[in-house]
Amino acid sequence: MPLWDWNYAFDILPDLLLALVTTIEITVLGSVVALLLGLVFAVLRRLHIPVLDQVLWAFVEVVRSTPLLVQVFFLFFVLPQFGITLSAFVVGVVGLGIHYATYTSEVYRAGIDAIPKGQWEACTALSLPRLRVWTGVILPQAVPRVLPALGNYVISMFKEVPLLLAIGVVEVVNEARELGSLTFRYTEPYTIAGLLFLLLSYPASMLVRRLERRRAAA
Amino acid sequence: MDNLPQIVSVLGDGIPETVIATLGGVLLTIVLSFGAGLLLLSPSRTVRGVTRVYVEGFRGTSEVVQLFWIYFVLPVLVGFQLLPLFAGIVVLGLNHGAYGAEIVRGAIRSVPRAQYEGAIALSLSPAQRMRRVIFPQAFVEMLPPFNNLFIQLLKSTAILALITVPEVTRQAREVLIPNYGSDTLLIFGVTFVIYLVLAGLITLGMRLLERVASARLGRRPSRAARQAAKATAGVAS
Amino acid sequence: MPPPDTTASTPGSTTEPMIVFDGVEKRFGSNVVLKDLSFTVAPGEHVTLIGPSGSGKTTILRLLMTLEQLDEGTISVGGRYLSHELRGGKLTPPREKYLRDVRKHIGMVFQQFNLFPNMTVRGNLIEGPTRVLGLSKAEANSRAEELLDLVGLKEKIDAHPTQLSGGQQQRVAIARALAMRPDVLLLDEVTSALDPELVTGVLKLLQDIGESTDITILCVTHEMGFARDFSHRVMMFDGGRVLEDAPPDKLFTDPDHQRTKDFLHAVLDH
Ligand SMILES: Nc1ncnc2c1ncn2[C@@H]1O[C@H](COP(=O)(O)OP(=O)(O)O)[C@@H](O)[C@H]1O
Ligand SMILES: [Mg+2]
Repeated sequence: MPLWDWNYAFDILPDLLLALVTTIEITVLGSVVALLLGLVFAVLRRLHIPVLDQVLWAFVEVVRSTPLLVQVFFLFFVLPQFGITLSAFVVGVVGLGIHYATYTSEVYRAGIDAIPKGQWEACTALSLPRLRVWTGVILPQAVPRVLPALGNYVISMFKEVPLLLAIGVVEVVNEARELGSLTFRYTEPYTIAGLLFLLLSYPASMLVRRLERRRAAA
Repeated sequence: MDNLPQIVSVLGDGIPETVIATLGGVLLTIVLSFGAGLLLLSPSRTVRGVTRVYVEGFRGTSEVVQLFWIYFVLPVLVGFQLLPLFAGIVVLGLNHGAYGAEIVRGAIRSVPRAQYEGAIALSLSPAQRMRRVIFPQAFVEMLPPFNNLFIQLLKSTAILALITVPEVTRQAREVLIPNYGSDTLLIFGVTFVIYLVLAGLITLGMRLLERVASARLGRRPSRAARQAAKATAGVAS
Repeated sequence: MPPPDTTASTPGSTTEPMIVFDGVEKRFGSNVVLKDLSFTVAPGEHVTLIGPSGSGKTTILRLLMTLEQLDEGTISVGGRYLSHELRGGKLTPPREKYLRDVRKHIGMVFQQFNLFPNMTVRGNLIEGPTRVLGLSKAEANSRAEELLDLVGLKEKIDAHPTQLSGGQQQRVAIARALAMRPDVLLLDEVTSALDPELVTGVLKLLQDIGESTDITILCVTHEMGFARDFSHRVMMFDGGRVLEDAPPDKLFTDPDHQRTKDFLHAVLDH
């Protein structure tokens, strides 16, 4: 038996690519959750609302310090007991989204903290309404600054999707495992799965790095 | 709540595996981070290029794929199977070492040029410059991002559950869920607490190290550095 | 100018110049900073470089410390090339090992001190003597204590650089350079980063060192009073060339060039 069977590799490629689509879907949807929820967390933290501030802090710390896999299991096994049953796909999106929201919230926060005090004072001097201060002055300056960092987290999420095979989501690695178990050949499926990740995430991170450099130069 | 003692005991049985995986992974990560980090600064293009392949290869693929590849594919290629825990430690180390290499490289490059020049003016050799002047200063800068990296690694030990290592997460999923299906909230509550405590211990240790290292530079640990590290945790670009 | 004699390397024992710049050119990209620059400095001589900002004074000192590489010409110190290495009768690019050997004879004090923050004051002072000159810890320590006494910071020996004021840090940096017993000492605007009230103390210290040693000193400063008392010669730079080279009495009171007059006016008015 050859170490690498090209025919077999080409046979399984379409199935793997199809599963890759699922991986990308989860990444995109999860990113939407992470980017929006993270922004909400960051702004809420900045408002220093008593109690809510402490609760949010504790939530963020717990989520950041414990494994995503355990959080996914939590959503998958605990929520149904409270009458909320979500599909594995949705659990994946929500789990990834919340987990990474705790990361992006720190990124947004760093971006907001980097806005000079003078900007806030100018807003006060102009008596701008609070909402307008955020949407018109602070966030338009803070968010572009942190886009590269956010991009890095999106790439990280993409690479963490395979965790969801533990709750039965058919993403690339799960598909590779299924294909391998049919023929007892794992070399091709797992290697191709690895290469697919590299093929997408490496150029993406190059892009982010270029964006980073352009920001640094500007 | 009646089943709490059993739940704690079963999860407790997984703690040694989680701790061994973490410590082993951290050790390998440190070795690879410094090795590869210094090689990334080598004057030789070839050396830098080869090291880049390692760093980008492991940063560019999924950790789960790496784990499955080493556990399921490598045996076919080399003819012997690694013990699950050992395979896990190897992957944790290789993966986080790739991120750590960038931390080391970045910290060394962030030492001001003036420090190199001060060392040259004293006629120190290139090796002495690195060992005596640059590295000790870079080291302090590395500690906050390494703290994050080690916590990242601790969290990653959970994926060893996928290759049958009986660590905390696998104990929860494979032993407790089938047997105490009505106590899921409690099971995962205790699981979270275990990981929180372990993460806390890592942070405690690293803060101590940070304090010692900062004192040697005659300054106090920097809150700002920690905040900055927090905003790049897990991607350490 | 004849190439410097490579056998006569004992400073001060001959009339050979200590420092020789011969046809030196230095460019940064397309910016020609020094052009066909030639001058010599005698052993034990104190030379002050003055001139407008950007005229290339720092570059000259950095070339001497081998922190920059030159593009044309040669530089030698104590009869040995430091821009090149003489191998088989030919000038070749210097190797690191050779450079380190030449550097041992040259000390530099920077505008921003550049003390090592990861070492105490003592550590900074004994680093070079123990690691480069091969002194024992005890020898290096007594040398350090002696020098700290000289710069008036004996009680700070176990302090960290961060715990010292700028003036104190600069004194330590001066002591650190002296601990190497250099033949040539380079001082680049060593008081420019200091608060005004600390300047006098450091200048007084340099004056003392100048009087009590036979070190050849090249000094860049905007303190004209100090330059006048301290130097045997003052060189006025402009556009990468030596515009005027004279004893301080002549240059400060009766310069030949209008540019020099204007420059002195501008500096003294401050
Ligand atoms: N590292 C460098 N890269 C590019 N240009 C430099 C560099 N260092 C100095 N220069 C240029 O060389 C010229 C002389 O600088 P310098 O020697 O520092 O002048 P001075 O010390 O007389 O003020 C300036 O035009 C400066 O911009
Ligand atoms: Mg200068």
